[in-house]
Amino acid sequence: MSSVELTRDHPAPRREVEPVQPGPVIGTRAISTLTLLGLLALWWGVTAAEWVDPLFLPPPAAVLRKAWLLATQGYMDVTLWQHLAASLQRIGLALVAAVLSAIPVGIAMGRNRIARGVLDPLIEFYRPVPPLAYLPLIVIWCGIGELSKTLLIYLAIFAPIAIATATGVRNVDRARLRAAQSLGASGRQLVRHVILPSALPDILTGIRIGLGVGWSTLVAAELIAATRGLGFMVQSAAQFLVTDVVVLGIFIIALIAFAMEMGLRVLQRKLVPWHGQGH
Amino acid sequence: MAVLQLERISAHYPGGAEPVLADISLTLGPEQLLVALGPSGSGKTSLLNLIAGFVEPSAGRITLDGVAVAGPGAERGVVFQDDALLPWQNVLANVAFGLELAGVDRPRREARARDMLALVDLAGFETRHIWQLSGGQRQRVGLARALAADPRVLLLDEPFGALDAFTREQMQELLLQVWQRTRKPTFLITHDIEEAVFLATDLILLAAAPGRVVEHLRLDFSQRYAAGEAARAIKSDPRFIETREHVLQTVFSQRGAPARAEAV
Repeated sequence: MSSVELTRDHPAPRREVEPVQPGPVIGTRAISTLTLLGLLALWWGVTAAEWVDPLFLPPPAAVLRKAWLLATQGYMDVTLWQHLAASLQRIGLALVAAVLSAIPVGIAMGRNRIARGVLDPLIEFYRPVPPLAYLPLIVIWCGIGELSKTLLIYLAIFAPIAIATATGVRNVDRARLRAAQSLGASGRQLVRHVILPSALPDILTGIRIGLGVGWSTLVAAELIAATRGLGFMVQSAAQFLVTDVVVLGIFIIALIAFAMEMGLRVLQRKLVPWHGQGH
Repeated sequence: MAVLQLERISAHYPGGAEPVLADISLTLGPEQLLVALGPSGSGKTSLLNLIAGFVEPSAGRITLDGVAVAGPGAERGVVFQDDALLPWQNVLANVAFGLELAGVDRPRREARARDMLALVDLAGFETRHIWQLSGGQRQRVGLARALAADPRVLLLDEPFGALDAFTREQMQELLLQVWQRTRKPTFLITHDIEEAVFLATDLILLAAAPGRVVEHLRLDFSQRYAAGEAARAIKSDPRFIETREHVLQTVFSQRGAPARAEAV
């Protein structure tokens, strides 16, 4: 039929082409870069003019030199890499454990009334409590070793992922579920082929929030009870007024948080390209 | 060939006292394209949901080839108003989805999906993403997906309701071509009177509050289209116009004199 062929001749996707707007004179990204460069220049200027005692604010060059020294020789017999590895290992282990357990728990909460009734008050009870408030209890129960630190971070990451997963599962489009059911999907197939992929954008958002909370908890926990890790490095340097190590440590902690956030955004774009496509 | 039978079906909303549908009896057999037409509140969608097995009737029996319908199943294929496709799969995988659920191996299910895409005039679209398709193309993918699982009856829930008038006419003709080629008993609900008169071999008019059948018409316009007559010629035929006006009047008179208070 000719009328059907009409659309065949125009298989172009139905997406409106937006008129290109004339860009502003200076982009937002450029403004942000200039701000950071300005701050760096201010820091350099203030220290070069010796307005501030290096004890309070060491010059940028000194921090860079210290970074080299820490990377090659270490601070208090432990190199920067070992501190970094200790911190990353803790958050990595906690993250893997949280993802593996929180997603099934979230699916159960989103699918099952009884599971939601049991788990929701438990999670909502401990989630608003700052993790450092129950760290002492965990130390009493599990000692001062790696287990208690990893457990603390695990708990901090678990709640956001479980809650986000449950929300995503509850909000799955009903027509999609019915479509799969009328194609003969079993309950297990529904979860695997429809519910999990539908909830994936929410799950990834939960992981992003969880990682943010987990990283701050980790550093705070290392400030209190650790012999290795970035938090410990900053804390022990502060006790001996080694300000350049303190500044360097803060920079590295910020950089890693930034890298994790960016990495997850890339992952989100790669895994859920349909998100925000008007579907 | 399959026969779908509804015997004295009634349905209520959960917790509602007034029935949504009251005492509906229908038979849908081979060579039939049954269209249910009615104003909103007449329980069209409820009727389709009952047949699909998404909800259960409060009274009566639905059987397919003598076997009682219990829950949704692959022998009753459904096409939804808002396509309900899976955006993480491409067009081919969406069409093959039902066969994947049934455990059919990849080469066989993809071959079948390609055939179905050709049937709805979408050959060459296999690797497209869902969000790259127009509304009409999505509905065709939805139709191909329902057909790929080889259901015994086909149910369509206002499939062209969200499309523009031009695309809707194309889709009506496409549906008739597909229906003619696959010979599946088909049940379609719509609120578009011209669409209903054009497509139906059997047209039931529903009235609201409670939803019930007020008239059952047997029409032959779709057969005339299948026999080769042009769609525009059929739709401008005086008999077509007369039927359309009759249906319009029946629907309006039902609206003017509701059996009970208008359903919300």
